[in-house]
Amino acid sequence: MNDSVSRRTFFRSSALRATGALTATGLGFDLRPAVAAARELKIARTTQTHSVCPYCAVGCSVVIHTLGDKARNVRPTVVHVEGDPDSPVNRGTLCSKGISLKEFIVNGERLTRPLYRAPGAAEWKPIAWDEAVDKIARRIKETRDRTFVEKDEQGRVVNRLTSVAMIGGCTDTNEINYLLGKLRYGLGIIAYENQARL
Amino acid sequence: MRKVAKLIDTTLCIGCKACEMACQEWNDQEFTLGTFRNSYQTMPDLAPNFWNLIKFNETDFHGAEAWLMTKYQCMHCAEAGCIKACPAPGAIVQLDNGIVDFHQENCIGCGYCITGCPFDVPRLSAKTKKVYKCSLCSDRVAVGLEPACIKACPTNCLTFGSRDDLHYMAQRRAEDLKKNGFAEAGVYDGPGVGGTNVIYVLKHADRPDAYGLPKDPSIPWTVSLWKGPLKWIGNVVFFGGILGALVHYIKVGPKESHDGG
Amino acid sequence: MTNGWTDVANTDVVLVMGGNPAENHPVGFRFVMEARRHRNAKLVVVDPRFNRTAAVADLYVPMRSGTDIAFLGGLIHYMLERKLYQEEYVKLHTNAPFLVKEGFGFEDGYFTGWDSEKKRYEKSTWQYETDGSGFAKVDQTLENPRCVFQLLKKHYSRYTSQAVANICGCTAEEFERAAAVICSTGKPDRSGTILYALGWTQHSHSVQLIHTAAMMQLLLGNIGMPGGGVNAQRGHSNIQGATDMGAWNYLPGYLKMPGANHQTLEEYVKAFTPKPIRPNAMNYWSNTSKFMVSLLKAYYGKSATRENGFGYVNIPKAAEGADYSWGHFFDQMHNGRMEGFISFGMNPVANGPNSPKMLDALAKLKWMVVVENFETETAAFWNARKLGAKYYPNFVDPANIQTEAFLLPAACFAEKDGCFVNSSRWLQWKYAAAPPPGDAKPDQEIIARIFLRVRELYRQEGGKAPKPLLEMTWDYATPHSPSLEEVAREVNGRDLTAGKQVSGFGELKDDGSTISGNWLYSGSWTETGNQMARRGQEDPTGLGLYSNWSWSWPANRRILYNRAAENAEGKGWDPLRTPIRWDGERWTGDVPDYKKDAKPTDYGAFIMLPEGVAKLFSQDLVEGPFPEHYEPVESPVANPLHREVSSNPAAGLFHGALDKLGVSKDYPYVALTFRLTEHFHYWTKHVASGSELQSNFFVEVPEALAREKGIQGGDLVRVSSARGMVEGPALVTRRIRPLKVDGKTVYQVGIPIHWGFAGRVKGPLVNNLTPSAFDPNSGTPEYKGFLVNLEKA
Repeated sequence: MNDSVSRRTFFRSSALRATGALTATGLGFDLRPAVAAARELKIARTTQTHSVCPYCAVGCSVVIHTLGDKARNVRPTVVHVEGDPDSPVNRGTLCSKGISLKEFIVNGERLTRPLYRAPGAAEWKPIAWDEAVDKIARRIKETRDRTFVEKDEQGRVVNRLTSVAMIGGCTDTNEINYLLGKLRYGLGIIAYENQARL
Repeated sequence: MRKVAKLIDTTLCIGCKACEMACQEWNDQEFTLGTFRNSYQTMPDLAPNFWNLIKFNETDFHGAEAWLMTKYQCMHCAEAGCIKACPAPGAIVQLDNGIVDFHQENCIGCGYCITGCPFDVPRLSAKTKKVYKCSLCSDRVAVGLEPACIKACPTNCLTFGSRDDLHYMAQRRAEDLKKNGFAEAGVYDGPGVGGTNVIYVLKHADRPDAYGLPKDPSIPWTVSLWKGPLKWIGNVVFFGGILGALVHYIKVGPKESHDGG
Repeated sequence: MTNGWTDVANTDVVLVMGGNPAENHPVGFRFVMEARRHRNAKLVVVDPRFNRTAAVADLYVPMRSGTDIAFLGGLIHYMLERKLYQEEYVKLHTNAPFLVKEGFGFEDGYFTGWDSEKKRYEKSTWQYETDGSGFAKVDQTLENPRCVFQLLKKHYSRYTSQAVANICGCTAEEFERAAAVICSTGKPDRSGTILYALGWTQHSHSVQLIHTAAMMQLLLGNIGMPGGGVNAQRGHSNIQGATDMGAWNYLPGYLKMPGANHQTLEEYVKAFTPKPIRPNAMNYWSNTSKFMVSLLKAYYGKSATRENGFGYVNIPKAAEGADYSWGHFFDQMHNGRMEGFISFGMNPVANGPNSPKMLDALAKLKWMVVVENFETETAAFWNARKLGAKYYPNFVDPANIQTEAFLLPAACFAEKDGCFVNSSRWLQWKYAAAPPPGDAKPDQEIIARIFLRVRELYRQEGGKAPKPLLEMTWDYATPHSPSLEEVAREVNGRDLTAGKQVSGFGELKDDGSTISGNWLYSGSWTETGNQMARRGQEDPTGLGLYSNWSWSWPANRRILYNRAAENAEGKGWDPLRTPIRWDGERWTGDVPDYKKDAKPTDYGAFIMLPEGVAKLFSQDLVEGPFPEHYEPVESPVANPLHREVSSNPAAGLFHGALDKLGVSKDYPYVALTFRLTEHFHYWTKHVASGSELQSNFFVEVPEALAREKGIQGGDLVRVSSARGMVEGPALVTRRIRPLKVDGKTVYQVGIPIHWGFAGRVKGPLVNNLTPSAFDPNSGTPEYKGFLVNLEKA
């Protein structure tokens, strides 16, 4: 697993184990319970943010721990995710997927820049955001100008675009779905669906 | 200091593996790829980087399907066989609250603790030559937090608290189960090792083996001898490790190490 | 969910059917465990597979995938025959007493009105008999042979325990053991809940199936009750919110999408404002015009005037009878009738039915925009021949795929704020914790940039029909990246005259003086602030309502239809589980699903329905007013109830080259797809942790079938359907029992989803196998109960 190095580096090195006051007698195998200080808590000084798990629809609240105290020169990195004990839904509990959300967020497979695949090409090529948006807007306009139907064959005003489909995913928030709706109605798209259908 | 304990009510376990993953996450374990074993249990066993395992057992009771899921980890024994067997000062300690904790910086990798454990829990890493197991999240417990597995468990199958309280809860739960038609229900807490700080409630307490738990756990006599009347021999042979090896051979044969990667 | 997760703890009996909460909603399942521990509630699991929910159930009954209506119909028969239903509830709160017109009937698999040419029903015989003022006639004694109750009795008289056993494959004794537990909740002081999920929605007859469940719960008096209801667990964090926010056929807040035959706002309002069918019906949809005008005003702002119908002309209007739901628009794409495709975080190649058809459809596009966290099968579809060589060796070579593709990196949930709606209908606000990695951007910024750039092009260059685009409001403080808080306030709605946020949908008007982006969410961001971010944990009723935690639609009501939990005088059926109480002047407790100061006798309990009561008999669905058992479109047996009309006659089917259906001669085994608790959908194959707990694709094979075929656990097997195939190791198990169906042995094979040709761990896409067959009401594909063959690979 290629993220194994990154996940181990920070905490393994910082979570020093205090040996504590151990009593070893001679070659010693003192059977008295030893009193040892535990290792340092890895989330002792993190910043906590309330969020909601993006997986199933139970809606468990989570606390996302990020590195740093929000100071100007720190780029927050997610170091741990744990259940939010205040939520009446999960009361701090989580499933195996929720408890490992950090692996989803901080993940070497995440896309980090826009990619473009030209017609007939066999690979992606990086593209700048502005260029990508320009090209997309141009494609939308070309298609829309050519295929938009203002009136149907009976002369009724229909203002529809049936040559473009748009779908939304399962973690788009309400606000994003609302904005997608504005894009949809602005363009006149009828074929608008989302994960909820399946 | 009050002893802490973990109660595992197996009747509430749904095999969701949240505890497995909570353990992996909190302890920043390196992930390995599970293997297919004709079962939902893809991790074959505990490992140096896998301290909390749900064992899945498809079986049947009285002709009806049964699918037993049992959490399996260090039992944090009151009289810990690993401590008895360990020759390295400070490598295994028992905290006042009852937690048996391994401190790898003092571990010499001899593996005697593996021999001493009646529950077959500690695992030797081939990579680091140290032995690892559940720490009952001693770091969390020290600051008043519950162990990671306990916090994650969705169904309240796991409870953390004082050992006395949990014993009482476990007994009551077993009685409830008996009243509801499970005549064999009972509590399992390893009497052979002076009690464990992990307590199980089983529907079929007459058959702990069906849950992957030893019926009558005890510390090998060789280890008891060594740390008892023959302690002086142990002290002498520490540098040679002869007896330890002998003990291990008697119990399990040649020592195995487990690859983490 | 009519109720909610926390409410499940109030129940006496949990029926889990068409779902597997212990695996797929483990945290929600904790309330089932609480009910069992604290109330000694019973858990009944009916499922083709003995799954992890079944492992902790009090009672498990095996069944054949796709036969749920037969099982539930059997329950209806069982309770009617033994008088286990809650009679007073049924008379008061359902349309059981309503008289149906002469001429209605059911014969040989068809209800009256079937048009075999158009393949749809003409519904005139399904209507109520009315009096002079247009109200339905009723018979409160329930004895009139044409009252709904008597018709219901007659319809389900065929669903005997033996008939259920013959269709479903369990034994009649197993069925009756479960029936006795489930029907024990027909008493006023007992409640039963149903938890279901995609095991019920993914059929070619799914909406009727859920209607059957609702009917059963109504007969038992379990709707509106704490610990009752019909509860869809929903499979993703915000598909409830997505459903609330509209789709091809409806606008936000379940307002119907206008068609070409609704040319003006007046015509629209007239068509979609129902008339009351009983004198006491509140008929809340009579407010349609207020909700619609407030939406149009939110969309078109100053351009929306009374004179121009508030910009109604800008809303696109589909042709009458057109269908642009998932299966249909992909079929059009497949037939070369689409040019462009925009996907914000969805992966149709993986999660649509018949993956080969999905791939083929995308290859016919001119351009495609995919906004994602990871490179998905959809984003990389053009490379399927290489990446999925084993499964798509004949897919078009990339050199011949002209689709221009854009893959835009998006922020994940933790990197943006906004609101998810959980299955309890709770709108829970979340906050951004970290910036997105690299050059990834939040979705709102991506949408805004595309919208603004297209609009700019129209402003600069003109073009076809610029008005809908230019008039759409986008007056956010930071237009290129709107703050989601600002958007949420717009969704809630404002009174433009007072310049204040509205506090609920009761304040919305149809004169253009209010805006609201979704009337259903009115109250979520009021003058007192963001209600969705509330963190109060109080539970004064002890019923687990948690009214101060987040905000629930509608109107922060936690239990829908809660007026039905009381009798005609407003007294709770169960004094210990009464969600709302009438104190002589007003209702207290949960937010009443009723007018808050109206007397118990003023209105019927079901205020959204023109009947004022719930419908056991419904004219709303396309394949009949009562649910009937139809076989899946691919089935090992002809429907034992009517062999000539075996599957749903109105099911959505396609007839292209890739839409093949198989028959049991070639594909003898019943297959169903399912999820594992260790993975989430098609995401966690990108995540290392999930692959530790479940690394492999596999196929669950019944032990007896494995023996017949000489297959050992771990042997590689090939499962094939008329559409495609998958390969993986066999998990040989006793947990899927062979069933005796209509005299023959039927084996079922379970296949987990979660794998594909993109991600850290690869495996086959299970939807290589599934048919392009859809429920005609919802457009949901049939993933449960299709036919396959299985051999050692």
